[in-house]
Amino acid sequence: MSVATTANYLNEEKGLKSWLFTLDHKRIGMMYLFAVMIAFFLGGVFAILIRLELLNPGQDFFTADTYNQLFTLHGAVMIFLFIIPAIPAALGNFVLPLMLGAKDVAFPRLNLASFYIYVVGALFALYSIVAGAVDTGWTFYTPYSTTTSTSVISMTLGAFILGFSSIFTGVNFIATIHKLRAPGMTWFKMPLMVWALYATSIIQVLATPVLGITLLLLIIERTIGIGIFDPAMGGDPVLFQHFFWFYSHPAVYIMILPGMGIISELVTTFSKKKIFGYKLIAYSSLGIALISFLVWGHHMFTSGQSEFSSMVFSFLTFFVGIPSGIKMFNWLATMYKGRITFEAPMLYTIAFMFLFAIGGLTGIMLGAISIDIHMHDTYFVVAHFHYTMMGGTVIAFLGGMHYWWPKIWGRMYSEKWARVAWALIFVGFNVTFFTQFFLGSQGMPRRYYNYLDQYQPLHMYSTYGSWMLGVGFLIMAYYLIYSIYKGPKAPNNPWGGLTMEWQTTSPPIQHNFEEQPVLEHEPYDYDTRMVVNDQLIKKEDVKEKENINV
Amino acid sequence: MEQQNTATAHHVLPLSLYFTVAGVLFVLTGITVAISFVHFGEFNIIVAMLIATVKASLVALYFMHLKYDNKLFMAVFLSSLIFLGLFLTLTMTDTMHRGDIDPIKEHPIKKEAVFYNK
Ligand code: HEM
Ligand SMILES: [Cu+2]
Repeated sequence: MSVATTANYLNEEKGLKSWLFTLDHKRIGMMYLFAVMIAFFLGGVFAILIRLELLNPGQDFFTADTYNQLFTLHGAVMIFLFIIPAIPAALGNFVLPLMLGAKDVAFPRLNLASFYIYVVGALFALYSIVAGAVDTGWTFYTPYSTTTSTSVISMTLGAFILGFSSIFTGVNFIATIHKLRAPGMTWFKMPLMVWALYATSIIQVLATPVLGITLLLLIIERTIGIGIFDPAMGGDPVLFQHFFWFYSHPAVYIMILPGMGIISELVTTFSKKKIFGYKLIAYSSLGIALISFLVWGHHMFTSGQSEFSSMVFSFLTFFVGIPSGIKMFNWLATMYKGRITFEAPMLYTIAFMFLFAIGGLTGIMLGAISIDIHMHDTYFVVAHFHYTMMGGTVIAFLGGMHYWWPKIWGRMYSEKWARVAWALIFVGFNVTFFTQFFLGSQGMPRRYYNYLDQYQPLHMYSTYGSWMLGVGFLIMAYYLIYSIYKGPKAPNNPWGGLTMEWQTTSPPIQHNFEEQPVLEHEPYDYDTRMVVNDQLIKKEDVKEKENINV
Repeated sequence: MEQQNTATAHHVLPLSLYFTVAGVLFVLTGITVAISFVHFGEFNIIVAMLIATVKASLVALYFMHLKYDNKLFMAVFLSSLIFLGLFLTLTMTDTMHRGDIDPIKEHPIKKEAVFYNK
């Protein structure tokens, strides 16, 4: 593979076996990255097909039933196979020990087990596609999910198994952060990405078991009909939604929190300014993790839950806006008067701020009962969660991938093509999804393969946008893969970052650091340090020597 | 490192304490049985749960050594209870109040609904 001259984690051991049985967090992270990218591609293909069917009203390419299966698979693959593991298990696995100055995660074997459990879960999910794909939507609502003839069991069993992989990662990260920080790295000197991963791990460990129970109950209900959700036997179908969202609302923060962690890193590195409000950002991650458990009923305003319950959940939902807003304003304040440069990772950071602001604010709108009664299950909701999940998490993931790519592979990608792809993705995304806010507010329901003629123009734009997105991603795949083989060699610290992962070689050596690094400065001390040609220097030294302003 | 010691060190409790706790558990079991003959109406469940909770806590604290272990385990144990409580409480804001305003919501789906004519 890469012809880097020095020994590193990529070339020290060779052959397929050395990868499959590796305990190195960097290699496991890369295997995860490979796997989630396949999932992303698969989910992407489903998405393009969905949009293709919606280009015109009426039935064009797929029957109603096939369409139902397509959107279910799109959602399930994107959520369970891609977005939940994407940042923590793939990028997080790679960078967490490096950022902490550790040799590896606390439990390397658990880490590998988590990957293989992911693979087994993914195989179950894929099997369900062959065996009569599910058509319930990724939410598996009863009573439909207990009665449809499609393969609900293998898909839910897949999600159940994937849950364990997620829990393993969470447990591992919590132990790693508690025990393996470099000497001198106190809790409030950790990079904010680490705080974000910590908060994420807590949610993973606390919430995921509930998903497991829910899906297991669903399977039992389907196979032997014990009557938990079936009112004919004294059950309650709305109870399923309570169970499901008790996991799935916190799960949306499993998705967004690590994305916010990445943005915190990127915004300081590319503004070359100390992060504004470090503690507030760190605490707001924990705040989000906590509040996220109290708001699930906002998905159920029209489900038949009691009015009192809706009121309580609506009230609590508004609180989520606070910690998210705190982060947003702190990032903006960090940029203020910074020396901002606009390399690809920073472009994604800025895109994130635009898109996540829209996603978050429309979430607050939906949290108001009076609005949600009208908007629920329309394209407005589809637009909202794509702005948060794709505009937020995926964009942050791409930013992080571009940021750490030189560290991971020791190669630089083409900045020019990265910008082209970024522009296509940013514009394509907005063309695809902004239109859907209008569609939804005009009454276009979600999960329909057919629609009234009046919606056609907007649907058309949305489909064109999806093609633009597709092209953007293909270009990205090309220049990234190309860079692994042919890209120019990357310096150890191409962006002038101050966190520990930049203090080792690119790519890192097998044990990450030549010797145990000791924390000598805080992660964002850009007011006193700078990096010139991979060398960390104190600004005062430069001033003294050359008597210039830095 | 200090933490590790407290976590692994074996705290040996006097046998008498075990017997006392066991005795209390038996007494509480007796009370549970006795009290089932008294009717508190709505409070039946509350009283029963209260006694059961005390018993479970005794088992966890003494027999399972939670009281003498690293406080982290206690925190983990308690937070799991808190989260269960949270789930039940917030779900009950729904199930206890269905039909308060709109009577149609009282029963999730009518048992006679066409859907169930399998
Ligand atoms: C300020 C923060 C947020 C608020 C107040 C909020 C609020 C809401 C509300 C009220 C709904 C229900 C709409 C309906 O179904 O009628 C909803 C749906 C949704 N939200 Fe959010 N949200 C926020 C952030 C996020 C984030 C960060 C994500 C993901 C990364 C996310 C993902 C979703 C998803 C997937 C759905 C639709 C679920 C489905 O029915 O399939 N939201 N949000
Ligand atoms: Cu939610």
